[in-house]
Amino acid sequence: MEDLLLKTNDIGFVGDNSLLENTKVEALFALGNLKFPTRKDEAWKYTSLKSVQNRKFVTGDLLKSDKLEDFKVADMEANVLVFVNGHYSEEQSTILENNTDKIVISSLKAALNDNNNELSAYFGQTGSHTEEIFTALNTVNTKDGVLITVKENTVIEQPIHIINITKGTDIVAHPRNLFVAGENSMVKIISSYETEEGSSFTNSATEIMVHKNAMLDYYVLQNESVESVQVNNVHVIQKDNTNFSITTITTDGGLVRNNLKIEVDGKHCETKLYGLYFLRGTQHVDNHTYVDHIDTDCMSEELYKGVMNDQSTGVFNGKVFVHREAQKTNAFQSNKNILMTDEATIYSKPELEIYADDVKCSHGSTTGQFDEEALFYLRARGIDETSARKLLVDAFASDVLNNINIPALKEKVEARVDASLN
Amino acid sequence: MLKITDLKAKVEDKVILRGINLEVKLGEIHAIMGPNGSGKSTLASVLAGKDSYEAEGTVEFLGQDLLDLDPEERAALGVFLAFQYPVEIPGVSNMNFLKTAINSIRKQKGQDPMVAKEFLARVKEKSALVELDAALNSRSVNEGFSGGEKKRNEIFQMAMLEPKLGILDETDSGLDIDALRIVANGVNTLKNEDNAFIIITHYQRLLDYIIPDFVHVLYNGKIIKSGDKELAKELEAKGYDWLKEEAEAV
Ligand SMILES: Nc1ncnc2c1ncn2[C@@H]1O[C@H](COP(=O)(O)OP(=O)(O)O)[C@@H](O)[C@H]1O
Ligand SMILES: [Mg+2]
Repeated sequence: MEDLLLKTNDIGFVGDNSLLENTKVEALFALGNLKFPTRKDEAWKYTSLKSVQNRKFVTGDLLKSDKLEDFKVADMEANVLVFVNGHYSEEQSTILENNTDKIVISSLKAALNDNNNELSAYFGQTGSHTEEIFTALNTVNTKDGVLITVKENTVIEQPIHIINITKGTDIVAHPRNLFVAGENSMVKIISSYETEEGSSFTNSATEIMVHKNAMLDYYVLQNESVESVQVNNVHVIQKDNTNFSITTITTDGGLVRNNLKIEVDGKHCETKLYGLYFLRGTQHVDNHTYVDHIDTDCMSEELYKGVMNDQSTGVFNGKVFVHREAQKTNAFQSNKNILMTDEATIYSKPELEIYADDVKCSHGSTTGQFDEEALFYLRARGIDETSARKLLVDAFASDVLNNINIPALKEKVEARVDASLN
Repeated sequence: MLKITDLKAKVEDKVILRGINLEVKLGEIHAIMGPNGSGKSTLASVLAGKDSYEAEGTVEFLGQDLLDLDPEERAALGVFLAFQYPVEIPGVSNMNFLKTAINSIRKQKGQDPMVAKEFLARVKEKSALVELDAALNSRSVNEGFSGGEKKRNEIFQMAMLEPKLGILDETDSGLDIDALRIVANGVNTLKNEDNAFIIITHYQRLLDYIIPDFVHVLYNGKIIKSGDKELAKELEAKGYDWLKEEAEAV
């Protein structure tokens, strides 16, 4: 771990007297105690990051992207923020909504320069930077990221799309985001992770604060190269009467580890977690989710679905924790997988830990083979094999995809899913 | 148009079909009867192209050997199997499925996709023919359909695709008399001098509604007797045992 720090050899803003200095110092101290995970750690039993430790990653420059149009969502009017190798590219970005009475959409650096109050108030408030090693590393190393603060009583119609691109060989990037949805506000945010060229280690950390009565939908699209590694930490805090949803779509990448933690710290909240992973080759994707039900009358629903091809490996570990005070919690969790070959693997572990007595909770996990009978049925009606497989896989993915509330984005994801079949 | 010669099929090392010979001409209806486990569904699946069976022999259909073709190519040539157990396909709507099927077949024949208006008009006409509730079309293929609805959906698909050779595998099983009449009416409406049907059935009662030109008895992977519609009546009265004994005595 210290190696990794030394190799990346960049400790960002520390010591520059910035608003974030305290948080960074805390993270740096925490790194003295946090151990680099090994497979002996329960949470990392099926995912080894040894390859990250043994590879020499280097920081990359701000380059121009030549594939931006591919990375954007066609026919989606959106605020687009482009990052290349962890640096914000103002030139390649398009911010449509500049009215700061409604919303601030800014790079972290620019927000620091502006002494943004919300940045100093909320950065590091989830506490992950002292508890979770990759968030700590991100906090110390980050070069930039996005601050979004939606003001009270504001509905933002156009989605905000953050495109994180890497370009170069073994590039390390630590994108860092902070989203704050003010009371009664509504916003949709998309983060995509793309490799334009080469390979990378992307260590992303995102903190999300959802204030009373607010609604925030978050979409994460992971589509990096097979030589790349990504660790993606998302930590969410929900207050009373909020709706939060996150949809994580992994269509490419070598080794991906997602840590999603949602603290439902309010009454009458709705939390939805969806995930889709389509793996092939020797890809390895690990989704760890944690929903912490702290208060009463909340509902959480989780559905993760995966298709594993070739020798790929999927890991799902979803935990729902219901505190003693969190009465009338409804929590549902489901993980469904299709193994396309005998060499593909899934480790699925849905977990419920419940201390309240008046709750409705369920969890389940299914793993099956591809439905050959259905395939024959379709082919016997004249549908060629490739289209028939596509139809069946799309159908399998449909209950996740149907929750994507931005039609253009849904189309893009469907196309990606289909492409990952070939 | 269909000429099956010495067709054998096995699964792993289990031999199921042991040399079937059968000729079907345009305009004919053939009934295949026989006790459970005799290989009727296997024959139907082999004709439709299911690759879990290892088949040998020849199946000449409109000048081609079906055994060389993929299931979708057979469908494009005009082979249609109404499945004994139609598969449920969650997440694929019946409409989308049918449209994809029709257009895949048209594409294989070098034709343009069917225009939406024509497609919808056909859906309306053909679902009326089999008295299939139009609402079922927006549901996933066969998902949550009753047994009778699944069978009528098979005939509906057949009507939409207008095959040259319709193979009905126990479409009558589990149907009440009304549903049976609907299915039979569907077949009788579709039937003309330019197509043919193979009706696999357990009971002679369907043959009161669909009059076969020939009746064959399949037993232990072979056709052990062929005759006209009177044979079906005889089977109804006497059962299969006398035939089994005859077959085993040979
Ligand atoms: N895929 C298969 N694997 C193993 N045995 C099979 C398979 N399909 C059919 N059989 C066997 O072959 C025999 C004939 O089956 P089937 O064709 O379904 O008969 P029928 O339709 O006349 O009742 C049965 O003994 C059945 O168990
Ligand atoms: Mg059968």
